[in-house]
Amino acid sequence: MRAVFKTSYDKDIDLHPDWWERGKIAVLLGLLALLPFLVGEYYLAEATNTLIWSLAGLGLMLLVGHSGQVSLGHAGFMAIGAYVDAGLMNAGVPWIIAFPLAGLAAGCFGAIVAIPAVRMSGIYLAIATLALFVIIEEMIIILEPVTGGVGGIFAPSITLFGIDFDRYASLNNFYWLVLVIVALTTWAYANVLRSPTGRSFLAVRDSEVSARALGINVTRTKALAFGLSCGVTGLAGALMGHYISFFNYELFSIFISINLLLVVTIGGLGFIQGAFFGAILITAVPQLIAILRDGLNATVGIDLGGIPGLDTLIFSVILVGFIIYEPNGLYGRWLKFRAYVQLFPLARRDMFRRQKTYLKTERSK
Amino acid sequence: MELIQLIVGGIASGCVYGLVALGFVLIYKASEGVNFAQGDMMMLGAFVALGMVNQDYWALPFFPGILLACAAMGGVGYGIDRFVVRRIFGQPQFALVILTIALGFVLRFVAGSIWGFTPLVLETPFAGKHVKLGGLVLGYEDILTILVTAALTLGLWLFFSRTKLGLAAQAASQNQMAAYIVGVPVRRINSMIWALSGVVATIAGVLYASKGTIDPNIGLLGIKAFAAAVIGGFGSLPGALMGGLLIGVVEPIAARYLPSGFSQMSPYILMLIVLTTRPGGLFAQIHAKKV
Repeated sequence: MRAVFKTSYDKDIDLHPDWWERGKIAVLLGLLALLPFLVGEYYLAEATNTLIWSLAGLGLMLLVGHSGQVSLGHAGFMAIGAYVDAGLMNAGVPWIIAFPLAGLAAGCFGAIVAIPAVRMSGIYLAIATLALFVIIEEMIIILEPVTGGVGGIFAPSITLFGIDFDRYASLNNFYWLVLVIVALTTWAYANVLRSPTGRSFLAVRDSEVSARALGINVTRTKALAFGLSCGVTGLAGALMGHYISFFNYELFSIFISINLLLVVTIGGLGFIQGAFFGAILITAVPQLIAILRDGLNATVGIDLGGIPGLDTLIFSVILVGFIIYEPNGLYGRWLKFRAYVQLFPLARRDMFRRQKTYLKTERSK
Repeated sequence: MELIQLIVGGIASGCVYGLVALGFVLIYKASEGVNFAQGDMMMLGAFVALGMVNQDYWALPFFPGILLACAAMGGVGYGIDRFVVRRIFGQPQFALVILTIALGFVLRFVAGSIWGFTPLVLETPFAGKHVKLGGLVLGYEDILTILVTAALTLGLWLFFSRTKLGLAAQAASQNQMAAYIVGVPVRRINSMIWALSGVVATIAGVLYASKGTIDPNIGLLGIKAFAAAVIGGFGSLPGALMGGLLIGVVEPIAARYLPSGFSQMSPYILMLIVLTTRPGGLFAQIHAKKV
């Protein structure tokens, strides 16, 4: 076990405690940057998909994990991002302008919506965002001249400074572009969390009453968190649009919202790393199921392909298992495992025992 | 006359929304959690009833078959709480939201693999019969829906305000630890309320099925029932019914008089209006937390 000696107060708020941690991140980034030379085209496309899901997961993590609000409508904000980006590019705006505008549009819309929405707490907010999602979906169909309605819309390929970033023709470039965006967003996210803004998010999550007593403007903080979260999710939506290249409103169904919730809860609520763990799980499990299914069909002769909805069943069971047995998700499990190894043989079973909690309500009758 | 016909039809379908919303409110009143799988429980209830009653399956007589289906779904509700939901007892509400969403998918898979994904029709003794009142045409199933809903709401209201079990359930929801201290078996009561909501879901499912076909995806109706429960103010039984009726009436009228697309949006727009003007719903029971 390493010991970190802190020689100045600045070290307390540093992003990484020492060069070992920084080095690990650098190695990971280096490996990811070299990925196009290591794996084939199919797996590179899957990796791109995973990165896009991680970006969307980061957006929702900020909301659910770090400011304690639940949204079931984030697919709607992804849709706004995707449609603004594709619509502007079809109108001739270059990607470098259209992409930030897409995030800004989703973010501003989210913040405006959030001002009435943050007055509600917990369940009410979840349901309001669900309603908002249905409204966005219907609006996409109604606004046919802009969005292509049921028929769909084409997201043009990206060209930057004369370099082509098309999703099919030059997948390597597209992958690097997504990687850079995800890395920058993660870096910004980690920095926001150690700023006063990020600290106030955590304070509001843990107790609104005490946050208010400490002089935090709760409404403003919640609206800001909602706006930031929607903005990041909107960026992910825009990238998803480019990744799919031709899409209509069905790409952003309610299942995307639920999958996003899955990403953050299975990954580990309240950890940036959780969004990545969750995204890896959610993109890898369908592939694993397909491989297993083919294997079973070839060796034992059991054909699982005939059972519809098997994927969603497996996802649901995984989710139920995590909520009951490991509410901190994959990352929480990893932390426990790491503590066990670092302390070996001194780790005790009760070290991570959950405290017994009881619910109290705010209802009067 | 056309408007009145629309309103009567809307009230009948609103009753179904109201019944599903009642299921939400039941569980909310007892455990302060929201069961996002209520719509799927309604779907499963309809399918279990279909399995009991239809000629292709067990072919039981109608009313005993429905009773048996209610009992079976009560067992399912009890089991869900006993073996799954009780494990996250005392955890934040958010955990229950995600857990029940996942459970909804499991229920949908179960129904899909037993009864298939093609739409089926529940055989009822009153299919196609109707009475004429002046210029109005009232289907038997619409009348039955309205009567059953009214009776059930009254019964549940009496249950929560008059019986010992109902009062204990309310106590358990307001402060679990205090309820324990005064001797309320909080966990067992939660399970019983889940069983009750399974029964209510079955009745809603049968009434829904009497009006048309059912398939495993009708559980998505639950989202509309949410809007109903929110409009009424979660935690209020008459409020849930009111909200359901309001949505049921507004929807066909919006479909008739507004451009297409607005009818699907209307329940949610209504809900957002209520939430922004009266955040606790029309029959609000939640107040700002005092320190």
